Amino acid sequence: MPTIVLHDLTLGYDRHPAVHHLSATIAAGSLTAVVGPNGAGKSTLLKGIMGTLPPLTGHIVRDRTRIAYLPQQAEIDRSFPIAVHELVAMGLWAGIGPFGRVTATHRDLIAKALAAVGLTGFERRSIAALSGGQLQRVLFARVLLQDAQVILLDEPFTAIDARTAADLLAIVRRWHDEGRTVVAVLHDMDTVRAQFPETMIVARELIAHGPTRLALTAANLLRARQMCESFDDAAPVCDVPAKGAAA
Amino acid sequence: MIDMLITPFTDFAFMRRALLGCIAISVGATPIGVFLMLRRMSLTGDAMAHAILPGAAVGFLISGLSLGAMTIGGLIAGMAVALLSGFVTRVTALKEDASMAAFYLISLAAGVLIVSMRGSSVDLLHVLFGTVLALNDDALALLCAITTITWFALAVLFRPLVLECADPQFLRSVSGLSAVTHFAFLALVVMNLVAGFQALGTLMSVGLMILPAAAARFWVQGIGPLIGVAIVVAILSSITGLLLSYHHALPSGPAIILVAGVIYAASVILGRQGSLLTRYLPRPHLHS
Repeated sequence: MPTIVLHDLTLGYDRHPAVHHLSATIAAGSLTAVVGPNGAGKSTLLKGIMGTLPPLTGHIVRDRTRIAYLPQQAEIDRSFPIAVHELVAMGLWAGIGPFGRVTATHRDLIAKALAAVGLTGFERRSIAALSGGQLQRVLFARVLLQDAQVILLDEPFTAIDARTAADLLAIVRRWHDEGRTVVAVLHDMDTVRAQFPETMIVARELIAHGPTRLALTAANLLRARQMCESFDDAAPVCDVPAKGAAA
Repeated sequence: MIDMLITPFTDFAFMRRALLGCIAISVGATPIGVFLMLRRMSLTGDAMAHAILPGAAVGFLISGLSLGAMTIGGLIAGMAVALLSGFVTRVTALKEDASMAAFYLISLAAGVLIVSMRGSSVDLLHVLFGTVLALNDDALALLCAITTITWFALAVLFRPLVLECADPQFLRSVSGLSAVTHFAFLALVVMNLVAGFQALGTLMSVGLMILPAAAARFWVQGIGPLIGVAIVVAILSSITGLLLSYHHALPSGPAIILVAGVIYAASVILGRQGSLLTRYLPRPHLHS
């Protein structure tokens, strides 16, 4: 059964579409890389799937399963006095909510998650004292604890050293092996070819979507690169008729 | 010496009442101030104080020096500004500082207009500067009630509030509590300012909210320690300010806030974390 179905989806800001009439089905348990040039609407697409950006037209169908989202630029206030283990513990929100106690079992889970990202011993450290890569690992640990069936990662390995990226990639593979649906925006084509069975190329429109070796071709990448990045302020109203509003 | 410190409180009931009122404000308003500071909303406190002023003034015009009318007026004006600016921030492109400024300026102008239309030369000085030495039973009960409500509300809101401060995007992704938390917090700000103006006046009450929090930042990290230190600073300022105003016939509200200001200045210079002292007389760095 498909997990996420995008029906003729248009997402954008201030009437300018960033994702334009995109239809696709992301299968349950698939591991999909989303690639495309800057300004292609990749992050916008994730925000749409997450539900934080309402569609201009079209709609998204997905199961009411738990969904975890690691944004490209987390809006974390790095100066806020909160310790690493406290930030990671918030991944348990679905289980503990605003009032639930963090039990010994939970603390054990937190320790395991921190160990999985190689940050054992950082529990009591303030997040202000972390490097960029360390913070990214902390956020990965939090996603681990969220135990979500659908995981959206927006450029998770940008500005991360090779060893850390390999560690985090191993976690992504583990999620895939556990049958979770993972969608990750990536720029490193070698990583995509080596690790991601499915690829979706977007350049505002959908360029290609399917098994990586079929979708990620030079011709498709060239088509994606030819997308005009700038908005035309005087663009006319789009007259593509909305398809199948009810589905 | 002991006489100077103790007898004003043992001999005079109004001093004991003032002390109780100030302690209630110190315990209730400073945790709010700590969160305001951590969310970089320190000036929001000031804006809200201006927003409350016209409401209190209208209450004063309608019912005279009535605690109830002024409190209700202040609450209505403050909540209206908080809700409207919060709504505009969340639904439109305007950022919080601009929408808050817009609404408090409107509120202030409306208040001034209403007062002048009535054409009375109302003595609003006590609304501006408070009457801590003349707190009656009702006012004391109100102060203590608001402090109690604040602590219960903070206990309930604590986790979402911390998350809303540290990582609002994440809170929005896991729960729908983000907006509720934000508005509940603004309501607490308004309530505590209304409590404060009974004793210190609308403009002075922000002082006991923000100055202790800002001073505490130079001594400890962590939300719990920050709140603890800020409350101690606020209570110390209250006691010292009341004694200074008693012995030297100074207005008590400004005296209390100025003592808090002195503690703040000392913290800026001497504090353990990020103070001038640590900047210009750094200790040797540690082993790698």
